[in-house]
Parts: sequence; C-alpha cells; structure tokens
Amino acid sequence: MLSVMDLSVEVVSHLLKRATELEKQNPLERDRILSKRRIALLFYESSTRTRTSFELAAKALGVDTTLVSSLSSSIEKGESLKDTGLTLRALGAEAIILRHPSSGSAWLLEESTRLPVINAGDGMHEHPTQALLDLRTLLKHLRPQKSGLTAGVKADTLAGVTVTIAGDILHSRVARSNMLLLPRLGARVLLCGPKQLLPEMAAQSGPGIEIERDFEAAMQQSQAIMMLRIQAERLAGLQIDLEEYMAAYQLTGQRLAALAPTALVMHPGPIIRGMEITAGVADGPQSAILEQVTHGLAIRMAVMERALTAKGGRA
Amino acid sequence: MMAIAGNTAIAIKGGRLMDHAAGIDELKDILLKDGRVAEIAAPGKLKDAAGAETLNAKGLIVAPGLIDIHVHLREPGQTHKETIATGTAAAAAGGFTAVAAMPNTIPVNDTAEITRWMQAPERGASARVFPIGAATRGSKGETINDYAALKSAGAVAVTDDGHPILKDGIMREVLAAAARQGLTVIQHAEDTRMTQGCSMNLGPASFRLGLRGMSNESESSLVERDIRLVSELKDTHAHLHVAHTSTAAALAAVRQARRSGLRVTCEVAPHHFLLTDEHVGVYNTHAKMNPPLRSAADRDAMIQGILDGVVDAIATDHAPHAQHEKEVEFEFAPNGITGLETALGLSLRWLHKQWKMPLGRVLSLLSAQPAALLGFKGRGTLTAGSFADVVIFDPKAEWTYRATESKSRAKNTPFDGWEMLGKVRWTISEGRIAYSSLP
Repeated sequence: MLSVMDLSVEVVSHLLKRATELEKQNPLERDRILSKRRIALLFYESSTRTRTSFELAAKALGVDTTLVSSLSSSIEKGESLKDTGLTLRALGAEAIILRHPSSGSAWLLEESTRLPVINAGDGMHEHPTQALLDLRTLLKHLRPQKSGLTAGVKADTLAGVTVTIAGDILHSRVARSNMLLLPRLGARVLLCGPKQLLPEMAAQSGPGIEIERDFEAAMQQSQAIMMLRIQAERLAGLQIDLEEYMAAYQLTGQRLAALAPTALVMHPGPIIRGMEITAGVADGPQSAILEQVTHGLAIRMAVMERALTAKGGRA
Repeated sequence: MMAIAGNTAIAIKGGRLMDHAAGIDELKDILLKDGRVAEIAAPGKLKDAAGAETLNAKGLIVAPGLIDIHVHLREPGQTHKETIATGTAAAAAGGFTAVAAMPNTIPVNDTAEITRWMQAPERGASARVFPIGAATRGSKGETINDYAALKSAGAVAVTDDGHPILKDGIMREVLAAAARQGLTVIQHAEDTRMTQGCSMNLGPASFRLGLRGMSNESESSLVERDIRLVSELKDTHAHLHVAHTSTAAALAAVRQARRSGLRVTCEVAPHHFLLTDEHVGVYNTHAKMNPPLRSAADRDAMIQGILDGVVDAIATDHAPHAQHEKEVEFEFAPNGITGLETALGLSLRWLHKQWKMPLGRVLSLLSAQPAALLGFKGRGTLTAGSFADVVIFDPKAEWTYRATESKSRAKNTPFDGWEMLGKVRWTISEGRIAYSSLP
C-alpha cells in the first residue's frame, strides 16, 4: 500500500470492517492468523507512534518482525534502498513496512523487491495508514449510528461532513493522504494555512478540496479539525514568523469554544504544545488525539493481514 | 556499422537530396570522396563515380548529417555511463555526424590538453566531436579559463553547463573574454539559489508527489540577467546561447532580445517540446532532468517557438547514466536522459507529421542551424567541397524505439516504446559509413 489512491472504496470498507473484527477477536486466536509470517520494518526516520503501532499490530497477528533502522545498519555504510530491500527479501521478509524521508521511496522499494510494501510515511508524499486511522476516528464520532467501523463505508458515508486540515500542509504526508481519501467518501476538505505552507496548487490535488486561509472561517464550517505541526526538519530555509503564525492558526480553547464547540479535534502527532495547539485543547474533551493512536493499532492489523493474504501480493 | 576507409569513394544514388541551407529539394546523386562532397548531379549523371561504393537511396531522403550541440559523452572520468566511442555510436545510429560535448567530465574540460584528448583518434569516435570548454576553472564560477588556448585546441564554445554562472561580474567577464576569441557562451540558465533541494518542476504534480519544485523564474530570471549583460556588451558582439530552454518566460526573453538586435540564440530539447511534468508519473527517474519537464503551457510554448522560428536548434542534452544510478529515490537520482537515437524520429513524428512543419525546416533545426550557430564551417549543408557528413533515411518508416537496443552504454530514456517516424539507413561521417541498417 503506497498511496490511498491504491485503495478502492470497497477495499477501504473491507479494511475498516476487518480492523473492528480483529480488534474484538480473542488475542489467542488472533495470534494464529499470520503465525510465523515475516515482516520487516525498515525505518529511515525516527518514529514513536507509527513504528510501535506497526510492531504491536504485527505481533498481535503472530507475525515475526524485525526492525532495521538507518542508524544501526549497513544503510550507514551507503547501501542503497534497493539493495537493502533485496537483502531483507533474501532473509525471508514477506512484506516490508517502510518509513523514509524521500517521497516515492515506498514505490521504489516495491518495484525493486516485488514484495508488498506498506508505506509508513514517505517524505512529504503520503502516509496512507494514518489517513485510514483518521477515517476510523472520524467515523466513530461523526457516524456513530450506521458506524463504518462495523458496516463499512460507501462513497457518500461522509456526505455533509467538512474537515479542516490546518497548518504546514506543504510538508505534510498526513495532509496529502487525508485530502485524497476523505473526499472519496463524500467529505469536503478545507485546507488552511499561510501561503508559504499551503500553495494555491494544493487545491488541484483532487476533487472535494478547497482552500480557506481564514482559520476561524474554516473552523466555523467544520465538524472535525486536524491540526498539523510545522515540520521544522523540512522547511529548507523557509522563514516563518512564529508569533504571526500562532496568532492566525493556533487552535486555542477560546477559538474552539466560540467557533466549533462540538467539533472533533485531531492531530497525527507529534504535537508541539503551545505552538499549533494549546495544551488545554490537546488534553480537552473535544480532543481525539490519543484515540487516533489506538485506532492505528486496529487499522494496521487489517492492513498487514491484507498485505500477506491479498491476491497478487500487492499491499 | 562497419566503418570503411575514409578515402573510399561513395556514390549515393536515387535519393531525394534535402539541403535546406542550399535551397535544394530534388532527386540528386552525390559522390563523396576523401571525406568531402565531390560531386552533385542529376540522377544517373555523376561523372566521376567509377569504382565508388554505391548506396541505393531510392525512396530515401539524403540530407546533411545531423548536428547536436548539446551532449554529455562522460569521457574522461565516467566511462561506466558512456564513452566517446559509445556516445558517438549512438549519435551515428540517430543520424548525427557531429556533436558538441559538454565539459562536465572528470576532470572538468577546462584545458587545451583535455580538449585535444577528447578529439584524438584513439577515442574511436563514430562522429566528429567538438569539445565545449569550461567557462571557468573547474566550472566553479570564479576564475576564467584561457579561451585562446581552448579555442586553438578545438573548443567551439564555453560553458559551465550544470553549474550556471551566477555572479554578474564573472558572467560579464566570461561574455567579454569569449567575444574576444569569437566563442559562444552557453548558459544552463538556472538560478541555483532558487532551486535548492528541488527535483522537478513546481506545479500541481510536484505538490501531489511531495517533491520540491523548481519555479519558472529560476530559469527565466537568469536568462533575463544574461541578456542584460549581453546588451551592456553589445559593441563586443558577445554571443549568448541559452541551453535547453524550457519555460515560456525564458523563450519570451530570447525573442525580445533578438528583436533588440542582440546575439542571443537558444535550443530546445525534444523532451521539452513533447513531455510535461505529468510524465514524472509515479516517480519515474527517466523523467528527471534539469531543466525539468514543465507544464503543458510551457511545453506548448516550446512547440510554438520552434514553429515560428525563435528557436535556433533542437539539441538533445544526451545525458547517459548507469541503470543503478537511476534506480534510487527520485530526489537522489541524477538528472538527465539519453537523446541521440530518438531526436530525429520524434522530431519527424511530432514536428513534421503532427504539427505540419515542413521536413526541410525540421532537418535544418537539426543540422544547418546548429552548425551556423557554433560556426561549423562546411557542415549542415551538402554542396561540393563541404564535409561528407550525410544522413540517409526513410521518411515513411514508422518504428518503435527500444532502449535495450541502444548503441549508448546507457538506457535511461522516457521514450522507450515510443513510436518514431523516419528510420536512418546510413550515416556517413566525413566520408566513412558510421552506421547502417537494413530495412
């Protein structure tokens, strides 16, 4: 699974249903689903949530995992991504979960190894399992009755829902995966941020995507607000006036109470308290931030199961 | 493919001679002798053809050998990518009889010694190699090279190609010093201060792919700067040539400069008049080059510029790389694609067949005009006494390009599997058959 665009609505629906089934299943039975199968986690970037979540999800299905990280492997000696992938395949890996700072790296690894590759974040490009777990979080709160968690989703499941994604859109793979996935289920996505972090062309990425530069106007229209951190490591010389940025885009308790008192507050993490979001909001009653992390576990079980059992081997 | 001795006479009979520079388009027989054109006559009327090897050109077009003024032959220094022998073998297969080789070799070609070495018979070239010297020492943009020495060794122009000269003062000096030697200054126009970390064109595609994009201004602003410097040096007859023009704004600047009477010329590469940044597709490193594939509007501006004549030459920017070098993360992949074997087939298929450009004008952009641009005397035309540089091709043959069959050491092309029009049957370089293919 390289991009959310590789997933049809039917497949998304299947993954959501399986996530719920797997979550509910007796751990001792679940443990046998992929017993002794082998998945390699190949991480070229630091990660807390995604890595641990994939690892625990794999173990919950009985998978043997191995972690290769760029700082303690031959990658440091200059081994290419292709050769690293071929080595993991030779060692018996049946799928690879890749986190990498270069956009498109997951595609390259799949081409090189012909193994199912699960993209756990490639540069500024995509983070598809994050979008799926965000979708699961949205459904739980916004569609509690005919819940997509058990019944699956269709092209209109999120009709009438507006989701604001605010902050550093330009450098965010989470934003790209979400803006491409949510409109396919009927949601309207409002992108919000300053020009430097949100170029006009972002609206051309697909249908159902609009730009609303005024954060407060966006909040007023939204049932869910996803906040993003400024990716200092990817700014590449871009100068951002943080005082100005916070004044315009920080999600504060005051703004939330006045403009979106019932909206769901989301954040893919890591959060920078006091920057894009205040501590009070992050920990407040509207926040689903930690719940998102929990949904990640269920989603990743379903994604790995599909990677190792799907016809044709493609994740 | 078999090279024959240069002093053997060759009679090309029954073909349609198309020499745009000489204003000829009719059935003619041609006799080549001692590396030169010896005689041109009506069909069957050659006087001195006894004993000559005869090439039957019936149904074929006979034209001045093609000339590519922008290639990277990678020798010395990177022979795992290409050598002068393999690069010029690809040139000959594509109908080219002369190429101008960029100086970004290892070491950089900034001396008379390297310039001469590249032209030595030991290199085994199948086409004439005209070295382009580095404008500054090591192409570092600081110290100007000895242009008189480079020129006497055979250099035909100067450039720092992939390392554009950003400092105004240095570029002014380069233009003035080159003008004193009658040398052209070729600029790869890219303000590299604006393109840090970029690996494709800035646009919806780069946003979608999460890749940093180069703006059009990074090209056009440097072209505009260079034109300003040329206009300040107008009395010196400085000649600026803009390499691989890719944006509408840069082309507009060249057009304006020409109207002002400045010696400013430009070339366009086939990939820039055929492809757009959408061809990057899913991180296809064979669609990564610099300047990058641009928007559809820019691509259309290149076609328009070719059709209306502001573009002086088609040049391929043939840039071979080894397969493993391209099989990496998109942002780490080296820039460039091969181009020598596909330029004619693509130009005929698209400029001639699709856009109805007269055949003679297409061929002129690939021979007479680039020859004139860099002052290659006796090339780009086929009159008595000119070099026996000839391409003979079947203008009706449609065929499919297969990168695996390339004569180049490299296979990095986005045109693998593309339909071509016009198949080269013979390429003759200074009287030697450098390439031949049976129908």
